[in-house]
Amino acid sequence: MPTDPSLIDVRDLERTFDVRRRVEGRRRRAREQVRAVHDLSFSVEAGEMVGYIGPNGAGKSTTIKMLTGILVPTGGQVRVAGLDPSRDRVELARRIGVVFGQRSTLWWDLPLRDSFDLLQKMYRIPSARYRENLERFVELLDLGRQLDTPVRQLSLGQRMRGDITAALLHDPEVLYLDEPTIGLDVVSKGRLREFLRALNAERGTTLLLTTHDLQDIEALCDRVIVIDHGTSVYDGSLAGLHAQGGSTRTLVVDLVDEAPPVDVPGVTVRRVEGPRQWLSFPADASAAPIVAAVASTYDVADLSIQEPDIEDVIRELYSREG
Amino acid sequence: MLHVAIATRAFRRYSTYRAATLAGIFTNSVFGVIYSYAYLALWDANPTAGGYDAQDAVTYVWLGQALLMTIALWGGGSTDDLAERIRTGDVAIDLYRPVGLVGWYLASDLGRAAYHLLTRGFGPTLIGFLLFDIARPSSWLAAGAFAVSLVLAVVVSFAIRFLVAATAFWLLDQSGVKVMSGAFAIFFSGMMLPLVLFPGWLGTLARALPWASYVQVPADIWLGKHVGTDLAAALGFQLVWAVVLLAACRGVLRLATRKVVVQGG
Repeated sequence: MPTDPSLIDVRDLERTFDVRRRVEGRRRRAREQVRAVHDLSFSVEAGEMVGYIGPNGAGKSTTIKMLTGILVPTGGQVRVAGLDPSRDRVELARRIGVVFGQRSTLWWDLPLRDSFDLLQKMYRIPSARYRENLERFVELLDLGRQLDTPVRQLSLGQRMRGDITAALLHDPEVLYLDEPTIGLDVVSKGRLREFLRALNAERGTTLLLTTHDLQDIEALCDRVIVIDHGTSVYDGSLAGLHAQGGSTRTLVVDLVDEAPPVDVPGVTVRRVEGPRQWLSFPADASAAPIVAAVASTYDVADLSIQEPDIEDVIRELYSREG
Repeated sequence: MLHVAIATRAFRRYSTYRAATLAGIFTNSVFGVIYSYAYLALWDANPTAGGYDAQDAVTYVWLGQALLMTIALWGGGSTDDLAERIRTGDVAIDLYRPVGLVGWYLASDLGRAAYHLLTRGFGPTLIGFLLFDIARPSSWLAAGAFAVSLVLAVVVSFAIRFLVAATAFWLLDQSGVKVMSGAFAIFFSGMMLPLVLFPGWLGTLARALPWASYVQVPADIWLGKHVGTDLAAALGFQLVWAVVLLAACRGVLRLATRKVVVQGG
């Protein structure tokens, strides 16, 4: 069968919504078309871990909804595992897993174990496979003591681990994670990332991750797709994102006395706060001549260099698009 | 297998509210007594009204009380969970499942109905038997047919409640539509007054609408008003409405996922 080799294939995807808006002085509301997603194309190979990022309202959730088949595209094409998601939603559901940081897929009034049992029946997971998976995930995610606790009594971290187990029991080929670490403490975040990395390495599960926590991306994803105003503005490696976003490094200078913004070639003064000044310069330029130039002109008490922050890089990309 | 598990779970979930169940049985019984005396007064004035005798009328009252919660005449049941999940956007999770939404919520509602039949159904019926001269099913066939009719009544009621809940996809909140639908249900099911008493075209209309499946049809089967081909026709009437309305549920759901943004996310 000549199927597309990519696990996820998105071509010229478009989704518009009709919005009715109240107009001053008119009785009928005006109809307006809003393009939530347009001209979006990308493909994801089996086994990739991809970060799908963008500001609120950029079209991330809309894309995920179309990838999982609960929203029908108004244009373009989507294929996941060779299936058309909106047409073959139920069949596709057996092959994907979905995790939401902000809502649970578990049944709040049931103990974890009963939720898992219900999922076994729902996804028709063979008993041996089910037991094996459950045992493995419970051990890896340290859920042993929570199995008989109703979901409503679990802490956020425990619930999240329960949700991840629930999403993986049927061995999905693709796992969509929507803000999986939101609200978790640092230790839980670390453990979760470690688990996801191991999952990808051992089972080759493809991960598509939307997040605002860029540490998730740095820890997990070799590739990021940045979406803004409904279309992709960057698709490539994390390192490439730094280059494209015009990454800058920052030299923080503590002068002995307050002074007007320093005047040194090759730097821009970002901020002045008393005797402290923040100077930015291109990430690929050497810091040495700049430090030397500052030190030769001013009395410097202290110096430090801040490496580029991916968050700034993305903000830069967003603002350029806008 | 899955749907049995879902139904069992719903049954168990409702069975945790024991005090509410007892209070409900008491309320149904009180209304049963009040309605019984009102109907007895009515049939004293006209002993053959609607083709019922006084015993039929009192039996009808208690059947109505037993069916009230079982068919969730006022709304409620698994469809209220659905409406809430549409409002909060949690319905997206249901849509990610490899199971049809209609079958899922129907199974859950049948589990609930089974619980309400055993408690809110049998409880008041027992009280009714003790206090009044209630007719038993006219034959074993009628008893069996009544059981089938009861299941169909729940399915028809479920489908209407599902459609009401689905309005939340567009309106965000089902409550206005639910109140309206409840008013139709109480009037056209025969809960307030048997449909056999409705005159002329109103009676004809009422007996053709799906709500007749709720109380009037099962009660007439219990009372032995339908026999032979007429019995088959009565069950067929319920079955047709059940099939048509369930198909409508699926259609509306498809339309909702096509046209409407699932909330949030």
